[in-house]
Parts: sequence; structure tokens; C-alpha cells
Amino acid sequence: MGQIVQYIQSYLGSDKTPGAAGNMFWVLVYIMLVFTGLSVAVIAMNWLERKILAHMQVRLGPMRVGPHGLLQPIADAIKLLLKEDIMPAEADGLIFWVAPFVVVLAAFTVFVVVPFGPTHAITDMNIGILFMLGVSSLSVLGIVMAGWASNSHYPLIGALRSSAQMVSYEVAMGLAVVSAVLMTSLNASGTGTLSMIGIVQAQQEQGEWFIFKFFPLGLIAFFIFAVAMVAETNRAPFDLAEAESELTAGFHTEYSGFRWSLFFLAEYSAMIAVSSIAVTLWLGGWLRPFPNLLSGTPWDQIFSLFPGVTFLFFAAICFYNTVRMPKHPLFRIQTIGLAGFGVVLGLIGLVLFVPAVSVRVQDIFWFSAKVAGFMYMYIWYRGTFPRYRFDQLMQMGWKVLLPMGLGVLILTASVALLQQTIWHP
Amino acid sequence: MTDPNTISPLDLETPEKPFLDANELVINMGPQHPATHGVLRVILRLDGEKVLGLECVIGYLHRGVEKIGEHRTYTMFNPYVDRMDYVAAVSNGLGYCETVEKLLNVEAPPRAQHVRVILTELNRIASHQLWLGTHALDIGAITPLFYTFRDREEILKIYEKYCGARLTTHAFRIGGLQYETYAGFEKEVKNFLDFFRPKIDEYEELLTTNRIWVERTKNVGAISAQDCIALGVTGPVLRASGVKWDLRKAQPYANYKNFDFEIPTGQNGDTYDRYLVRMAEMRQSVRIIEQAVGAIPEGPIMAKVPKVMKPAAGEVYHSIEAPKGELGYFIVSDGSTQPYRVRVRPPSFVNLQALDLMCRGQLVADVIAVIGTLDIVLGEVDR
Repeated sequence: MGQIVQYIQSYLGSDKTPGAAGNMFWVLVYIMLVFTGLSVAVIAMNWLERKILAHMQVRLGPMRVGPHGLLQPIADAIKLLLKEDIMPAEADGLIFWVAPFVVVLAAFTVFVVVPFGPTHAITDMNIGILFMLGVSSLSVLGIVMAGWASNSHYPLIGALRSSAQMVSYEVAMGLAVVSAVLMTSLNASGTGTLSMIGIVQAQQEQGEWFIFKFFPLGLIAFFIFAVAMVAETNRAPFDLAEAESELTAGFHTEYSGFRWSLFFLAEYSAMIAVSSIAVTLWLGGWLRPFPNLLSGTPWDQIFSLFPGVTFLFFAAICFYNTVRMPKHPLFRIQTIGLAGFGVVLGLIGLVLFVPAVSVRVQDIFWFSAKVAGFMYMYIWYRGTFPRYRFDQLMQMGWKVLLPMGLGVLILTASVALLQQTIWHP
Repeated sequence: MTDPNTISPLDLETPEKPFLDANELVINMGPQHPATHGVLRVILRLDGEKVLGLECVIGYLHRGVEKIGEHRTYTMFNPYVDRMDYVAAVSNGLGYCETVEKLLNVEAPPRAQHVRVILTELNRIASHQLWLGTHALDIGAITPLFYTFRDREEILKIYEKYCGARLTTHAFRIGGLQYETYAGFEKEVKNFLDFFRPKIDEYEELLTTNRIWVERTKNVGAISAQDCIALGVTGPVLRASGVKWDLRKAQPYANYKNFDFEIPTGQNGDTYDRYLVRMAEMRQSVRIIEQAVGAIPEGPIMAKVPKVMKPAAGEVYHSIEAPKGELGYFIVSDGSTQPYRVRVRPPSFVNLQALDLMCRGQLVADVIAVIGTLDIVLGEVDR
């Protein structure tokens, strides 16, 4: 018993991730935390997407289930779980059954290396970024399996489109990633790193986020990645694989109920995963904004207030809308619900002001906030852009992004070399 | 324009290859498909993503409107025509009423004609708005749909106030109008015009220079003026191919000859041109209504029409420029209270025949764009 307690305690105070420290208990705890957090994020994203998109399109979005439709995702989840599970008669049963799990597994496994903070990751691999790109591209396999196993034309075309798209955009994506990884080697020892935590630490040491490095080279590489990642996740304007108006729902046309919700879950967690890569590589990961410009203890303290203030702000929105709720008795439960939600958010905000807490969650807050920015962009794209055609998409991937990626890579390497040898030998 | 007689007939019947080839994929699109605008069924022959040919299967919405016409009196058949092109019900009503008026040799009084023009042009705007929203939705831009529906609502409100119905309005009667305009009608129409003018710019801002929109619509589903004429295609599709043919100018009906407006045309006959033509038509409709609404003459709204209509035996064909093209009615009277035969020439039905020609060699995604740009309503295609 004592040994177990000692084993658990031995990790506390460590400056490594539990995986790197080799403590399996904390690895499990972290896995549970990440899994829960991710599921909650997907649920929140579901509500936010519908709500934000609705407001962009002069409508209200979900308003019935719970105050301002807050319980809508939960109602949807229950509906999906209770739905009849249909498998087409001519489908290839085993592959049809396995496909959603492959996609979900690929989407969730990448979070093993996502660094929410210097110690807040399940593990730190020295090939972190490669691991992320590699595992996340495994989801193509699941999509092709789903399209093939459905034994139906629309899913097949959807799956083929989707796989061709993901494979070709991975090339441009990879080149953009390489140019960021190249920047990590601009230190005294001259060795770079592929570790996700290492990449953020390199940005910390160089005192510059890679998006601003060698302006505009870093920005262009970031742009290439930002475009490629939308294509990679099959989202608008590159959502050809599930183009509703053409292929009904693409590769998951024949799926329903829980299996369909697994695809949904995978799609959204894949979006979060690629956004995490972008944040880690170019936007300084868990680092707070303006680390150089506004440095020093007073600024650190001001920035440490941000998590709490954000939650208090959300709570204030809730209270404001509680007051605006119709006074009719039918709305009483909703009003109380919204006020209760506001109280919960407010309490979280207050807890985040406690210095002991705020020091520990700050990293997670900044990382999540940056990822949330990307999530908003995803919704924004969806509300603004028409859909690309397949040949145009391929043209863009191979004829625009790929040469751009190569050019940026060569230029970055040349500038880095010049800097290392001529300007600061 | 070349002589239509010199054009070789289109070879739509003989397939180039045996029907089933190992490289071919036959896909059944519809009748339950989100982007076929109702219950159109399209059988696509694909080579990968490329369309080798397609065949439209129609009739899923067939209600036998023409046959019903033979068993109803002239007045009773009037509401049925609203159910054909239900997004432009007023235009359908206008066409039918004018045809029967021609058969009866009566003419609606000027005041009725004026109100008819206002309501029909409002209907043209509403129809084009619905087209724009759904067409953009098919191409993947989901936001314009909600913008257009928001603004179309204002037109429907005017209809509702005028005749009590929003969609299948039955606004006109043979010989004029059933209802006098309501108090404040002119003011509300004017308010709508002021409200709507900047909205067209808003739609155009979203799409006209949008790179993806231009790439998706330029050189997609292009059709030449010759082919248009050979196939009998009319309306904005014909005008986008560069033919300046609009029945409001060519064979003025109602009192369109009193109004000053232009016929917008395109050059390339592609989806983008058709989009531009329809956008310009909305502006022209605004212009017509603007002129009409300030100058509604006083007077009766109903001509002297017998209670029991028994037109002399004979036949008449009359066509109007509906939002989708030439809408013609051919009515044969045997001198009784019921028509001997009612034949409708719906623009959607004829325009749909061009789908195969427009889609050959294009990609699957373009088929969707072309179905959208043809602006078909299946209620009218099947009748």
C-alpha cells in the first residue's frame, strides 16, 4: 500500500510529463483528463458551431432545449445513442463495423503528444510532430474502409475524394511543418527537435513565435498549414468528401446512430488536433502573448488574471441574458438554468484567481484559447465560402500550396544558414 | 444569330459506348437527393468524376394538372395553375388569366393591369431570390440562402396582406382582380423597394467576386445560343447565352410596353453569366415596380366578364415571360363551360432538356451547379 502511495507521490513536483517520467498512474489520469476534456470540447463545439453559424446567417439556432439551446448537444447525443443501428444488407459487416473505430482511434491517439503545458502532456516523444502527422493520417484508412464497406456509390465516391484530398494536402502540410522544425535548430548547439514540447521551448528560447520568425517566411508557412489543415479535416470550403448537395453525406451516408456519432466525434477531435499542431508550431503553444514586449513580473501577474477574467466574462454574459429572459412563467426553469450555468462559470472563474491554481492552469488556458481561435475560423469559413470543386482542390494543393511550401522551405533554410554563418557566426 | 434550321439535330439517343463498361459507374441521383430541387431523378454515367452522359427521369410529382383542366370550369381551374410553379404562382396566374381573356375577347382594365405588373414583378424577384439561395447552397455557400429568405419574406407579407395567401396566391381573376389593393399598398411596396435595393448589393458582395464562386461557375454548363434555340430553352438561360429575347419586350402583354426597362444579357452562356443575368433582372424588376407603383390609375379592377364563361369554340396560345422563361398556355374551347384541352408549356420542363448537353464532359459537382442554374421547379416540370 505504502509503495503504491509512494509511487503515486513520486511524480508530484516533477518537471517532466508523466509519460517521460515513466509514471503509469499519472499517465492514466492524464489520459482520462484529456479524453474527458476532448469530449466536452466536442460537445461545446457542436453547440457553438450551430449557434455562431446561426448568428452569421441571421437566425437564432437552437433555442428550445435548455436556455439558448445549451442542452441541445446532450439531447442530440441521447438521440443518436437511442437510434436504431442500421447496417445495409449488402455491406461488408466487419469492415463496416471497424471503420468508425479506426477513425476515432486515429483522432484521439494524436492527443498523446499534444502539449497543453510544459508538463501538461501525456508524454513527450522526441518524434512528437511526426507521430501526430503519421497517426492523424491513419484516419484516411478508416474513411476508405467506411466508403468501401457501405457497398454504395455515394460513400465510395466520397471516400475516394476524401482519401485523394487528404493524401495530397499532407505533402504541402509536411513541407510547412519542416520549415517550422527547421527554425527550432537556430540555437547555440545547432540541433533542432521534433518534440512538441521542444518546439514550444525553442520558441521560448528564441523569444519569438515562429509565425513572426523571418517575416514573412514564418507567416507564409503558417498560412500553407492553415489552408492544408482545413483540407485535411474535410471541412468547408474543402468539404467535398461530405458535400451534402452532391454526395448526400459522403463516406458516412450509410451510417446512422452511434456509429455516425463516432465519425462526428472523430471529425471534431481531428479539427482540434490539427489546430493544436498549428498552435504548437507557430503560435507558441502554451506561451502567453507578448512574452518579450510585455515581460516582467507585473505583466506576468496581469496575464495570470486572464483565465479567471475570461470565465467571469462568460458568466456575465449568462447573467445579462438571464435578465433579458422573458418573464413568462413558462420560461422560469430556463431562466433558473441559465442563471445556474452563469453561477457555475463564475465560480470556475473565481477559483482560477487563486494563485496556486492559476499558475498551474495558465498554460492550458492559453493553449486552449489559441485552439479556440482556430475553431472559430473553421466556423467562419463554413459560413462564408462556397465549396471547391474536386479538380480545383487538387490544383490548389499541387500547383499552389506545394510550390509555395517548397519555396518557403528553401528560403527559410537559406536565411537560417545566412544568419548562422554570416550575421551571427 | 445563325439560322436555327442549319443546326444538326442533337444526338442524345445513341450512347457512344455500350451502356455498361468496366470503367463506367452508373449513379442514380435522386429522386430523394438534397440538391435536385425536388423529386428530379438523374441517372448519371460517370467515368470517375467525369460525366459521360445523363438521363433525367421525371414524373414523380405528376398530378395531371392539364387533365384536371378538362373537368373544371375556366374559373375553377384558375387556382390549379398556381400549384405548377409554386415559387412563381403569380406569374402562372397571370399567364392563365390572360389566355382566357384572349379567348373571351376581354381586356382587364388599366388599373388591374398595373397591379398585375407590380405583383408579377415582385414575384419575379421572389423567384430569383429563391433560386439564388438554393443555387448558392448547392455550390456550398450556405449563408446566402438565409439572406434571401429573410428578404423574400417581405414580398410574401405583401402578398399575404393583398390576397391572404403567401405562396399559392391565386391573386388574379379572369378579367381583372378580385380584390382592390389594401390601404397603404403602394407605400409598402415602395418601402420594400428601398429595403431591397441595398440587399441585392449585399448578395453580390457575398458571391460576385468571391474567388471560389467564380471558379465554380465560370465555364460551367456553358451552352451556346444555337443550342439554346434548338432545344427551345428560354428565359435567363437563353439570355445568358447572348440572345436578347424577353417576351415582355418581344410580345408585350399586360401593359409592359408602358414601362422602361432593359433586357440584361450575357455572352458566354455559362453558369456565372446566368447568375449575373438573374441578378441584373432583379434590379430591372425593381425599376419596373418603381415606375408602376407611383402611377396606378384609378378605375375599375374588373372587366365585364360573364358569370358563366362560355368562350366561343376555338383555340388560343398565349405566353408570358415567367421568371424561369416562356410560360405558355394553349387552350382549346369547344364552346362549353369547360376547356376541351389545356396544354401548358412550362419553362422548367423545356429548359431541363438542356441538362444532358450542358453536363457532358463536366464533373459531378458541376451537375449540381447546372441543375441549380437551370432554376427548375419540379411542380412545373411534371405538372
